[in-house]
Amino acid sequence: MRISVEEVFETVQMTMDQHFDVRTVTLGINLKDCMDRNLNQFCKRIEHRIVTMGQKLNAAADAMEQKYGVPVINRRISVTPVSLLLEPLPRTVATAVKVAKTLDRAATRANIDFIGGFGGYVQKGLTASDENLMNALPQALSQTQRVCSFFNLGSTLAGLNMTAVERFGHILKDLAVKSKTGIGCAKVAVFANVPGDNPFMAGAHHGIGEPDHSLNIGISGPGVVKVVVEKNPDCDLTELSEIIKRTVFKITRAGELIGREVADMMSVEFGIVDISLAATPAAGDSVAEIIEAMGVDRMGVPGTTAALALLIDAVKKGGAMASGRVGGLSGTFIPVSEDAGMIRAVKEGALNLEKLEALTSVCSVGMDMFAIPGSTPPDVISAIIADELAIGIANNKTTSVRVIPVPGKRAGQSVHFGGLLGTAPIMAVTKNASLGFINRKGRMPAPLKALRN
Amino acid sequence: MAKKAPKKTVKEPQICIVTVTGKDKVGIIARLSVAMAKNNINIVDVNQKIMENYFVMTMACDMAEATVAINEISEKLSRIGKEMDLQITFQHENIFKAMHRV
Repeated sequence: MRISVEEVFETVQMTMDQHFDVRTVTLGINLKDCMDRNLNQFCKRIEHRIVTMGQKLNAAADAMEQKYGVPVINRRISVTPVSLLLEPLPRTVATAVKVAKTLDRAATRANIDFIGGFGGYVQKGLTASDENLMNALPQALSQTQRVCSFFNLGSTLAGLNMTAVERFGHILKDLAVKSKTGIGCAKVAVFANVPGDNPFMAGAHHGIGEPDHSLNIGISGPGVVKVVVEKNPDCDLTELSEIIKRTVFKITRAGELIGREVADMMSVEFGIVDISLAATPAAGDSVAEIIEAMGVDRMGVPGTTAALALLIDAVKKGGAMASGRVGGLSGTFIPVSEDAGMIRAVKEGALNLEKLEALTSVCSVGMDMFAIPGSTPPDVISAIIADELAIGIANNKTTSVRVIPVPGKRAGQSVHFGGLLGTAPIMAVTKNASLGFINRKGRMPAPLKALRN
Repeated sequence: MAKKAPKKTVKEPQICIVTVTGKDKVGIIARLSVAMAKNNINIVDVNQKIMENYFVMTMACDMAEATVAINEISEKLSRIGKEMDLQITFQHENIFKAMHRV
């Protein structure tokens, strides 16, 4: 049966008026075979590989944009966790910084806006190379523009590496001071249960169990979902869930089609579709506004957690029906600075840090892109991270923290990062928290649910 | 509509959909048909409707024998759209099939 005018118009409206786009195509590249004891040789090889594949990725994404009329906003690259690649090299900060600069230059040459993977898995302990990379983060991320870092600090199977959590409080403070408005911290996310096929920055990396290449895709449809919710102001919640499911099915199918064709064109394996609804600062492209369209007065007031749980459950059901390759994070993204509705909710006092954390217990994948006063002590930052990651570990899900302690700013002020990173209101946070607890360090044991065999 | 091409040169159909939205006026189909014919693109179906106060016309056409690439015809159509004050998009049919057919 030929497609009807109504069906065509629905699709065209999604891209024309409702901000539907492919938020990112992210190519994961294995760099393990580039490892060398000679730093220059290693850098030369990875730069060549990234530039070649990055250019191909851009060409393929452009062709798909033309063919299907759906914008492919970001083209990104993720690589094997760099702490692994640095193992044979001298353990100096200068080595790690040189590798970061090489990645940055390669991304620039290939016209790739962000390259992820400058990090490692340290949930159980730190190798000398992991430790070196962590120590190098403030310099590496403040001296590069496109490099993103992730660190997996905990997992349900291993527990939580509190020694690394304690260190990160200091690292983030140091990085914030070294970079303008603290923006360096927007390029690093710490995780519990990090997935190795997530296409979204800053946490994207090419996981250890991945093939040589893997093309992962992230779709963006908060605007589309918001419009269908608004068009159905009176239906009950069961029906609303069905409506959201049907809509997400459609956008996921479009995403998968484009992802598969990009992978085919590049002769690489197609990885996953990440069905997370990714907001942008553009008006109408907000997850918070979907929650509000569902009937919650303001994002953050009582009712928000239930509404968000319903929303993402429907998103997952629609997405899983649409694609057999759903993966990555596939949860709710509610980055404070990148979502106009979130910014408004914080400014009006409806949403605070405690509620933001509560939302991650049902479906959100982390406390993302929120700014706190620059004077916040390192141990308080570590304590925020520990709380958030403990939620992920105990609930067998991914959680993450991307926090920006903005130098010289106080609660109530705001900071503008520009572009997709948006504007962050500075959120209030206590000056004294759990210094004694954080300073104990060590490893919090894995929860009982890790013993599943 | 053009006759079917001789059998030996028949290629797999490459159906694309042109969507026109805006205000209805004289000559829309004429302009589009000329552009299609010039580039050897066969029109296979045309439909139109008024929806949510929009005039919407869809035209299915086959690019199999086209003398231009998708991006070129797409640019030509956008130019026509600008001249006639209409929104014109050009997309491969597969996107609609993926989204609207299980």
